[in-house]
Amino acid sequence: MFAPLIHILPLATILRTRLLPVEGKIIIGIGQKVNPTDTVAEAVVGRKHLVVDVAQKLNIPQRDVPRFIKVKKGQQVSKEEVLAETPGLFGKDVLSPAAGTIVAIGSGKIVIETGGAIFELRAGIPGVIAQTIGTRGVVIRATGGLIQGVWGNGKLDYGTMQSLMEGPDELFDPTRIDVSLRGTILLGGHVESQKVFQNATDLAVRGLIVTSMNPALLQAALQVPFPVLVLEGFGRRPMTPATYKLLSTNVKRDISLNAEMPNRHSPLARQETSLRPEVFIPLPVSQEPPEPRQVETFAPGQPVRVMFLSKPARHGTIVQLRPMALLPNGLQASAAEVRLETGEQILAPLTNLEVVG
Amino acid sequence: MPASLVDGNSLLAVDIGAVTTRAAYFDVVEGQYRLIGMGQCPTTNDGGVRNLVLGVQLAVENLQNLLGKQFMDEEGRLLIPSQPDGAGVDGMVATLSAGAPIKTLLVGLLPEVSLKSIEKLVHASYARVLDTISLNDSRRLDEQVNAVIRQSPELILIAGGVDGGATHSINSIIETIGLAAYLMPDGQRPAMLYAGNRALAGGIRATLGKIASELVICPNVRPSLDVEDLAPAQRELAKLTINIRQRQMPEIEELRVLTGGVVLPTAYAQGRMTRFLSVDGENKHILSVDVGASAVSMAAAFGESLYLNVFPQFGLGEPLAGLLKYTTLDEVARWLPVEMPLESVRDFLYQKSLYPQHLPATHEELFLEQAIARQNLLLAAQAMTQRLPGRYRRTGSLFPNFELILASGSVLTNAPTLGQKLLLLLDALQPAGITTLAIDQNNLLPMLGAAAEVNSLLPVQVIASGALAYLATVISPVSNSAYGTPIVRAKLIREDGTTLTSEVNMGNLQILPLENGQTARLELRPLRNADVGLGPGRAGALDVIGSSLGVVIDARGRPLRLPSDAGGRVKLLKKWLKTVGG
Repeated sequence: MFAPLIHILPLATILRTRLLPVEGKIIIGIGQKVNPTDTVAEAVVGRKHLVVDVAQKLNIPQRDVPRFIKVKKGQQVSKEEVLAETPGLFGKDVLSPAAGTIVAIGSGKIVIETGGAIFELRAGIPGVIAQTIGTRGVVIRATGGLIQGVWGNGKLDYGTMQSLMEGPDELFDPTRIDVSLRGTILLGGHVESQKVFQNATDLAVRGLIVTSMNPALLQAALQVPFPVLVLEGFGRRPMTPATYKLLSTNVKRDISLNAEMPNRHSPLARQETSLRPEVFIPLPVSQEPPEPRQVETFAPGQPVRVMFLSKPARHGTIVQLRPMALLPNGLQASAAEVRLETGEQILAPLTNLEVVG
Repeated sequence: MPASLVDGNSLLAVDIGAVTTRAAYFDVVEGQYRLIGMGQCPTTNDGGVRNLVLGVQLAVENLQNLLGKQFMDEEGRLLIPSQPDGAGVDGMVATLSAGAPIKTLLVGLLPEVSLKSIEKLVHASYARVLDTISLNDSRRLDEQVNAVIRQSPELILIAGGVDGGATHSINSIIETIGLAAYLMPDGQRPAMLYAGNRALAGGIRATLGKIASELVICPNVRPSLDVEDLAPAQRELAKLTINIRQRQMPEIEELRVLTGGVVLPTAYAQGRMTRFLSVDGENKHILSVDVGASAVSMAAAFGESLYLNVFPQFGLGEPLAGLLKYTTLDEVARWLPVEMPLESVRDFLYQKSLYPQHLPATHEELFLEQAIARQNLLLAAQAMTQRLPGRYRRTGSLFPNFELILASGSVLTNAPTLGQKLLLLLDALQPAGITTLAIDQNNLLPMLGAAAEVNSLLPVQVIASGALAYLATVISPVSNSAYGTPIVRAKLIREDGTTLTSEVNMGNLQILPLENGQTARLELRPLRNADVGLGPGRAGALDVIGSSLGVVIDARGRPLRLPSDAGGRVKLLKKWLKTVGG
């Protein structure tokens, strides 16, 4: 059975896919070094279409319209430029309602594409372009620490990490977000109050890495202008020791916070190298460390995270696999005996385990 | 031997769910088709492995290990047809429910006519409706076009006009759709299904055929104002659904090759099989329900008439993050046989949406999962009932009359006791009258529905072999009497002549013990004009078969009302759970 993997790694080489929302233009080549804020590709998004009913405006049958059209498909037009006109003393004309490009002519109508804005795709992490994906994006190779979470609000940024935590099981106190933290990425505990997002927005932080979150705050988290990454999940949960240790020992470093949650059902998700939101801590290396494994099967000796939905996850090591076991609640499932960090040994369904590595 | 069974071909049926992939092996034993074994593994559409076929291989490997029979060569390729040494299998079919709901746009002429029909069509598929466009749409043409482009549907279902009717209006709407699709980037253009006025079919093929990623034209769903014919369009939509899935998951092509093209949406195959059972059972009213991670699907069959409904919003996996749009935490928590803060229920819902594959590991998690399943199934049952034609609905809020209810889905099949399975179904569906409940323990129904495509005898014989686990016969009297008032006298006369008499009070759940497989005559005498399923106040008798649960008389009331105080409610739920064996 394939095992889900969660990466909590002090040092690894990662490949990360960055994709435009639509087809666009790649503006950086394979082998080039990039900084997190560098634009690697761009595309025009948010275009609108105006349909001009020429037949109706000229009061003529659709079949007669082509004779009077003065523009061609692909042509740029300015506002109030003549699109069509009938000759003669009592001739009429049809003017463009806006500047744009003619994208379709037919059935007595003209379609003008207008507006749109340039979307610039940032690298997000410092690294080297390893691959380009058609006109859609790039793959970046980088080295550093990697910590994956479980939920993100879809945004991404880069900045210096500051911690508001003194231990792995804390409530995020919004009053501790002060002006000295402006422009930083904050590491905090469980978010129970919307005030955390308000204060973080008011003080223009670059991002939040939180242990857990009250799910009633999901909409608020989605609306803030900076990335929010939830490490453990919903409802109060402490940060697992390995994650806490790795993050707290890298405070004041520049990090990439990628809180994007690629739609794992979209065809493009097949090209994503990671479907989890994550923190990446770029680190210089003399020799490139190995890439983390993408596929793993369960085996004794593996470090695992045992997930519970109604209580915090726990870390341990697989002692033995049990093809079919009776759980304490009466369910039967493929399971593993796991020795927890506390020394306690529990039986856990394989479906509830994530291999840590 | 019937003509459909040429030479006793063995068959491998694979069902790829959002969370679990199952592989079932059917072969002939003593002249009859039987389920020989079942292997399963987590669906491989996430994490480091994003290829459904790997999950199929693992499920088959699991089956190989279980049966000690070789299905694949050393490189993991399925051996089809079977080899002279007995390895491999003669054929394969597949069903698929993995994947996000398909983003769908509905296009029709009149909201009460063609749009209504096309809505029924979409209710029977794994779809999420983004928008509808009809004659009544008040948006300007360019607003409609921009909306379609922005929403970027994967599928557009179009109907409108009766055969031989006017074409102008529907032509105008189709022009809008064509324009929007034309303006979308090449790789994002939607598939389209047209099931409207057949006079337009040629023109539509000429215009939309060049623009749509795939265009299917099928018979009109409303050939005339008073006739609705959904079946041909349903079949085409099932094929189109798989084609759209293949664009999302290209490895489906491998499955198509292996199955000779028999890859069907799971709910569609479930519906086919449910209708088949209904027709085969002399038009017995049959309901099949599947409580899956991606959706709850319900197929109600009344002979040839099938009403299939898929509710992606009530799936027990990822959709749980959106469940509170349809219900409240109180409504979920009322089903818990332990007191628990509402915040814990809420946190569980959201956490489960992140980990759809998670199995309850503690008693608390098991209760939570079953409570959510009750509420979701109840919501789906209410919605399904509303969508049934009036002739099948009953007065008040009573659940339609089904003689047989077949249930599947991991939350049911994994439940540790038969009593938990029974109570979950009774609480959620609240059948009234006389009903037989059965569990499709191996989630076979859709697999058999797909198998029927290549072998019409196999499903019949597999069902006849007892592949479905009979749960209990349930008598649910309907009465307005006060709590504690006797409403039915029941007399169970066993084959050996022993009898058991019982008087059941309003509000009670009672078991009449009848050993597994034994038959008995059950005489029912309603009191105070109660209806035991034979008409108000009417007495009668029926033959019943025993199960581990015996014969169940559920006199708890319809609709089932729970005490409003948490303490009293928990006490009552515990009592009922104890009554059915814990």
